[in-house]
Amino acid sequence: MIVGAFKNAHGGATLHHMHQIVQQPYRDQYWLTIKVSLITAGVGSFLGLCIAYAMIREGTPRFLRTILTTFSGVAANFAGIPLAFAFIATLGTIGIATTFIKDHLGYDLYAHGFTIFGQTGVELTYLYFQIPLMILVIAPAIDGLRAEWREAASNLGATSWQFWRYVGIPVLLPSILGAFILLFGNSFSAYATAYGLAGNSVFLIPITIGFYYSGNVVSDPHFAQALAFGMFVVLAVMMLLYVPLQRRSARWMR
Amino acid sequence: MRRRWIAPSAVVWLVVAAAFFLIPLIATLLFSLRSIQTNKCCSGAAYSLIVHDHQFWSTIRLSFQLALETIAISLLLFVPTVYWVHLKLPRLRPVLSLMALVPFVVPPIVLVVGLLNLYKGAPSWFYDKPYGFLATAYVILAFPYMFFALDAGFRSIDLHTLTEASQSLGAGWGTTLTRVILPNIRVAALGGSFLTLAIVMGAFTTASLAAFKPCPPYIQVLNESQPYEAAALSLLSFLIVWAAMLALVLVGRGRPRPAQVAATR
Repeated sequence: MIVGAFKNAHGGATLHHMHQIVQQPYRDQYWLTIKVSLITAGVGSFLGLCIAYAMIREGTPRFLRTILTTFSGVAANFAGIPLAFAFIATLGTIGIATTFIKDHLGYDLYAHGFTIFGQTGVELTYLYFQIPLMILVIAPAIDGLRAEWREAASNLGATSWQFWRYVGIPVLLPSILGAFILLFGNSFSAYATAYGLAGNSVFLIPITIGFYYSGNVVSDPHFAQALAFGMFVVLAVMMLLYVPLQRRSARWMR
Repeated sequence: MRRRWIAPSAVVWLVVAAAFFLIPLIATLLFSLRSIQTNKCCSGAAYSLIVHDHQFWSTIRLSFQLALETIAISLLLFVPTVYWVHLKLPRLRPVLSLMALVPFVVPPIVLVVGLLNLYKGAPSWFYDKPYGFLATAYVILAFPYMFFALDAGFRSIDLHTLTEASQSLGAGWGTTLTRVILPNIRVAALGGSFLTLAIVMGAFTTASLAAFKPCPPYIQVLNESQPYEAAALSLLSFLIVWAAMLALVLVGRGRPRPAQVAATR
């Protein structure tokens, strides 16, 4: 594939595609894809962390945890076309939630610029598999956060915020960073969900690749490979950023 | 300071989670129960249409056959491999687990593009038929889940002792593998198989690009003409994944759980 990215239509070697993928509109598309991934990974990590902590902390009944973990296993796998349709049925133009809000709360979402087929809609839908993934990934790390630390902190007079600022977050940071990267990659490479939801309105890079590859209108496999190579580069850069961050945040944890 | 009761903020977060996760499912259910003539609740028409739709059964059968084929190939390939690596070449284990991460890091779409390219010159009985190309792609997509499940399984048994015992009783490699090792890692193998099933039943990326027609693309076609049936089908596919996961939990009860993440994205 990498070799293919540097070939032209006649099979000769070329850098032309490499030059092309940093031009408009592809530059904007890469940026949009990265933005969507960053937002869903960020929001997903935060909500997933809070929910996972609520699920694990002292006092929450054990069975809730079993249910939520199993459910997360399912929901993290519930992606692609079926997920897209579930959200269309919920928040689409005649979706259940849309009509409910309109009829009972008197607020027309679509009149106020919201659409499930736009960027916000795609992000909302991605969260449906991002949050469960975060819960699954971060739960073992939270298990390592001992109740004694919290008690020790509150004995020393720390508020809940201080506990999180000086103990909880620093201890969890390496795991959170790792999970964030995983979530980023997860939504960066998502294709089927966005395709089912907004194949013609939100131009994410994976959709463009599929478009060039399946080629209903235009077909240029080598260009598709060049775009795919670009994705690969973005992920590689993400990993490169991650390694020193991880090392720094885990430095004192030996 | 042991808490007797659930903390208030925990309640808030759990309620948020429940709302976010359940509302789309309930809405999909209600949506699928709408009647086609009146657009009002409730009618089972969408479901009965699906059940009587010939195409639905043929696509779901294709998906299911593919899943079984993928599982069979992966087990045949990976059980002996992981066994051998654990027994004789433990230094290769990190290499294998690094390789297992590749399908995670490389976007599926990139993988598909690469695979389509690689097999371009293959004979048409392989390239054009779902049983050939698609199964190969699924085996690769399922590799990480299968590998980590099997790896955990092999690590939890005493491989060397079992192998030596069976060999000193006169068993060959084949017998050792099928009659001694396999029963011991049954749970891990089953876990990996269920995960693979979930992936294949949900996989859309590969199938849609390569233009074959297993189940999920069928939903896509349906949505353009009959939205309520599409909603019903989405719910059904959720139930299939749910069933696979539940089976996984039941099979692996009381044991360290294999990785549960198998997003088809």
